[in-house]
Amino acid sequence: MSSFKAHSVLPGFNLALGFTLLYLSLIVLIPLSSLFFKTATLGWGGFYDVATSDRVLASLRVTFTTSFVAAIVNALFGLIVAWVLVRYKFPGKRIIDALVDLPFALPTAVAGITLATLYAPNGWLGQYFAAQDIKVAYTPLGIVVALTFIGLPFVVRTVQPVLADVEAEVEEAAASLGAGRWDVFRRVIFPAIFPALLTGFSLAFARAIGEYGSVIFIAGNMPYISEISPLLIVAKLEQYDYAGATAIAVIMLLLSFSLLLAINALQWWSSNRGAR
Amino acid sequence: MKLSKLTTALTASALALVLSSNSFGADITLLNVSYDPTRELYQEYNNAFAKYWKAKTGDNVSVKASHGGSGKQARSIIDGLEADVATLALAADIDAVHDKANLIPADWQSRLKQNSSPYTSTIVLLVRKGNPKNIKDWSDLVKPGVAVITPNPKTSGGARWNYLAAWGYALKNNNNDQSKAQEFVSKLYVNVPVLDSGARGSTVTFSERGIGDVLITWENEAYLVKKEFGDDKFDIVFPSISILAEPPVAVIDKYVDKHGTRKVAEAYLEYLYSPEGQEIAAKNFYRPSDAKVAKKYEKQFKKLDLSITIDKTFGGWAKTQKAHFADGGVFDQIYTRK
Repeated sequence: MSSFKAHSVLPGFNLALGFTLLYLSLIVLIPLSSLFFKTATLGWGGFYDVATSDRVLASLRVTFTTSFVAAIVNALFGLIVAWVLVRYKFPGKRIIDALVDLPFALPTAVAGITLATLYAPNGWLGQYFAAQDIKVAYTPLGIVVALTFIGLPFVVRTVQPVLADVEAEVEEAAASLGAGRWDVFRRVIFPAIFPALLTGFSLAFARAIGEYGSVIFIAGNMPYISEISPLLIVAKLEQYDYAGATAIAVIMLLLSFSLLLAINALQWWSSNRGAR
Repeated sequence: MKLSKLTTALTASALALVLSSNSFGADITLLNVSYDPTRELYQEYNNAFAKYWKAKTGDNVSVKASHGGSGKQARSIIDGLEADVATLALAADIDAVHDKANLIPADWQSRLKQNSSPYTSTIVLLVRKGNPKNIKDWSDLVKPGVAVITPNPKTSGGARWNYLAAWGYALKNNNNDQSKAQEFVSKLYVNVPVLDSGARGSTVTFSERGIGDVLITWENEAYLVKKEFGDDKFDIVFPSISILAEPPVAVIDKYVDKHGTRKVAEAYLEYLYSPEGQEIAAKNFYRPSDAKVAKKYEKQFKKLDLSITIDKTFGGWAKTQKAHFADGGVFDQIYTRK
């Protein structure tokens, strides 16, 4: 046992570890395990039926692809926003900085209704899309719009501090050694912020998968086309099918968990490579 | 989900605390758990009842009302929200309070008059002003090029009435041929471009987003939309036949006995049948059951063929729910991948 406990100069390791475990159990593990227990009442056969039903598979595809696309969009544009906020000085910067957090503060249902109003065929923005024969609200594209909105702060807020830490001297040194601007970005800045960017990406992605409130108002909710998995969970609850509902939740959880694990592995690999 | 469960538990215990501390005084609190479109109705009725009860017994009764999707509200009661009375959109949801939690007896619906439904409603069609697509009846909803707005019956109680009204119409016009009815309803849903999760969502999609040519909705909701947006935006179309929608009410036995509020809770529901209660229902566009009040509001409620009923046409909620709206039921078959 003694080898298990790493000695630290700081006192209070036992207390801190105990507290961490207790806190995690209360907040995360107990609710999650009750999810698994409820699902277990279905048995393997029942779980398999839910997991492989056409409707559930289609909704998972919709949920994960729209979340992925939204997270990619956020990674790209969130990086640009973070870049602008860190590297440039301009009037009103504080206000723009505060705006970034707004999607966190706004109730998601309000966000969904607002976006649906904007992007509906008769909305401010929707009418221009409609003129080009592009439908945004009530299609999977609408879901991406909503998920991009709610995911933006994750990327900006994770990349921003890391980017601020990249010292200008390093870039100057690289430039003085003959690196062009693109090389400086690619070889000096990007490797430094890549782990943070990945973290922001995975946070935005994970957040989008579980999103219900904002999506429901803009998705149109057509089965097989724009029906997200959380809606199917609600539909099951309406039928008092608690076990079926938790089964979908467990599937989503397992998928998200393995994806996040893969992203973590990628992050670990990239930071190891960077250390060399 | 977990959080809402916790909050309901907290509210319930807070409420219990309030109730127990007041059990000797003359202040009584009732909790009425209801569904979405009754907000305005119960706001008015609760004040009227408080006045009536004060005059009759001298006690001060304050009724708190909670509104939400009917199924969600039933689940809150099952999960421990200590409602004294439930006033929901369909009997199936109150049945669930018996089936899942045994808080009320199985025969709850026979305890009050008219299947425990003091007021009724029906399903009508709301179209844009001037009725540009010339929609007269259910049969016009399956025509190509007509966009129909109705919520998902799997997540919305109101949408179930919509679906069943259309089904009932098709039955009557095809000599009760169930497969013809299914074909009709399938065609209708081909014309639905957006399936909102609740009745209010569909109303917003139709009235504010400008999507669709016709909205299938509660009669009271249709009047409310006209009131809200002005008479010059929408017209109500009364179909040749529709369904008699009975939103039932029930005292939740286990909780009124626990709170000691049985007497006042029962009086609260019975007073809905009184002339004053009926008048308030009519003013809020619910069809009154009292003959005198019905006569007075004759003009407002168009005489309709409401011979489609859940019991006679469909054999009760339990059967209907299982056949049509359960997983793999008829509604899911309509939406199998083509």
